[in-house]
Amino acid sequence: MPETSYYLILAALIFTVGATGVLLRRNALIIFMCIEMMLNSVNLTLIALARQWGNLEGQIFVFMVMAVAAAEVAVGLAILIANVRHQKSINIDEINLLKW
Amino acid sequence: MDTALLFENATVLLPEIVLAVGVMVLMMVDIGLRKQNESGTLAALAIAILVLGMGASLLIWGRPPAEYLGGAVSDGFALSVRLVVLIAGIFGVLLSRNFLPSIERQGGAFYSLLILAVIGMMLMGTATNLIVLFIALEIFSLALYILSGFHRENPRSIEAAMKYFLLGAFASTFFVYGAALLYGAGGSTSYVQIHETLSSGGGNRSLVLPGIALLLVGFGFKVSLVPFHMWTPDVYQGAPTPVTAFMSVGTKAAAFAGFLRVMMVALPSLYEQWAAPLAILAVLTMTVGNLTALRQSSVKRMLAYSSVAHAGTILIALVAATPAATSAAAFYLFAYAFMNIGAFGVVIVLEGRGEGDVEQDRFNGLGTRYPSLAVAMAVFMLSLSGIPPLAGFFGKFLIFKAAVEADLAWLAVIGVLNSAISAYYYLRVVAAMFFREAEGEITCNCGPAINFSLAVTTIAVVVIGLQPGLWADLLRGL
Repeated sequence: MPETSYYLILAALIFTVGATGVLLRRNALIIFMCIEMMLNSVNLTLIALARQWGNLEGQIFVFMVMAVAAAEVAVGLAILIANVRHQKSINIDEINLLKW
Repeated sequence: MDTALLFENATVLLPEIVLAVGVMVLMMVDIGLRKQNESGTLAALAIAILVLGMGASLLIWGRPPAEYLGGAVSDGFALSVRLVVLIAGIFGVLLSRNFLPSIERQGGAFYSLLILAVIGMMLMGTATNLIVLFIALEIFSLALYILSGFHRENPRSIEAAMKYFLLGAFASTFFVYGAALLYGAGGSTSYVQIHETLSSGGGNRSLVLPGIALLLVGFGFKVSLVPFHMWTPDVYQGAPTPVTAFMSVGTKAAAFAGFLRVMMVALPSLYEQWAAPLAILAVLTMTVGNLTALRQSSVKRMLAYSSVAHAGTILIALVAATPAATSAAAFYLFAYAFMNIGAFGVVIVLEGRGEGDVEQDRFNGLGTRYPSLAVAMAVFMLSLSGIPPLAGFFGKFLIFKAAVEADLAWLAVIGVLNSAISAYYYLRVVAAMFFREAEGEITCNCGPAINFSLAVTTIAVVVIGLQPGLWADLLRGL
């Protein structure tokens, strides 16, 4: 059986890829997908750690993360659509009415 | 699992249960009233539900602290947080009366979301388990994303919702990653068990520090610590002002409550590691917040940066990490609820029906046109800057005192210096009201609900300041 640290490193890599995507991409939908990817890397972390500790709490946590991610999609897409009605675009560089 | 366990100590969550049932009733009533335009009835119902929730919190107040299924606890600190959040919720409903046409059209949705946010914030204060903490955080965050975009005709409001959502969801992933690593370090999601494992030298030590750092990013975003504060002014400015008033107080109280409990119950054995970075963040947050607030012309943005600075002050309590410091934080949040909501209330009065920004020039000559409004605003501004004998002064005093007692005198000194800086921009508003002439007509959007909230908050700020001892019994620390 492979060591837990392999899974943790893989999850950290996926998390980093997702975070980089959020910072670099300009399309709100892609950013959104990157955030989902980060959440899934957290799920992988949780599952690996739950196996290492041999208890179920990590697995329960994963279900909660998935439920929250689903709720987040519903809210996020609604906000994106509301924004498209005003801006006709989902490029976040064009979201610039408010600034200091 | 034994089903009897489900009901044992369920009274711990009585206020949350009352509110959750209330929200369902509210949504049903909303469906029933769809035909008539009955936003007044819905608002009254929402306030009744929140008052019932407050009654339920006070009902379980006298009981000895109990824990429900290892996930939530009812102690003095949880009660203080509940009170602050419920007060913010009630004023949030009151201030939103006669404010936006879209709130009146969809009152049911607006008030349900507001109460759902209150439930999530209350849960943050009671959570003793990382899973419960994460769910509570998401409950109120998701509700607030929608609420901040509730002014759908206004592109600024939508933009605020969009920014808040994208950055909030991004920060949540850091938060949950941190929670996952702490679970890996301690082998449990329960704070007490994490503490037991870590203090006995067991667990995956290498995961602890990354876990704390990631958790810190998530919390730092929610309470808007510098450098995670960039969303705050945009969202506070773009969101409907009643939502801003509610959010600025409620989020702060809830997130600090969760933050304090995780750090002090689950991770006290690592105090040496997390205290120093938090102290640096506190200094940065206070200084950057105050210096940026100096050069804002929009009052809403100024209040947003001032709330960043206040977050820095409350963070001092966490760096001190003593029981006295946590009760000082509870007092500070209680005082902050009244003075900050009051200040946003005055902005709402001047703003009219959600027409946009209030520049500081709008306050010119307010003292001669609307003396009572100007006096109320002066009280809030003086209290926010920490001038005795108002509520804000005692909040700051208690936190600085706790810091000095914890051998952090240097941090208290920086806090006091920052209060001096902040006095400049708060007093500028007061000076504009009383020493400048009004340029044009000042429109004033008054209504019974807003007048009542302003009167109550003004009196509360003065009374809390004059009688700070009265509340010591109610507002307890960890």
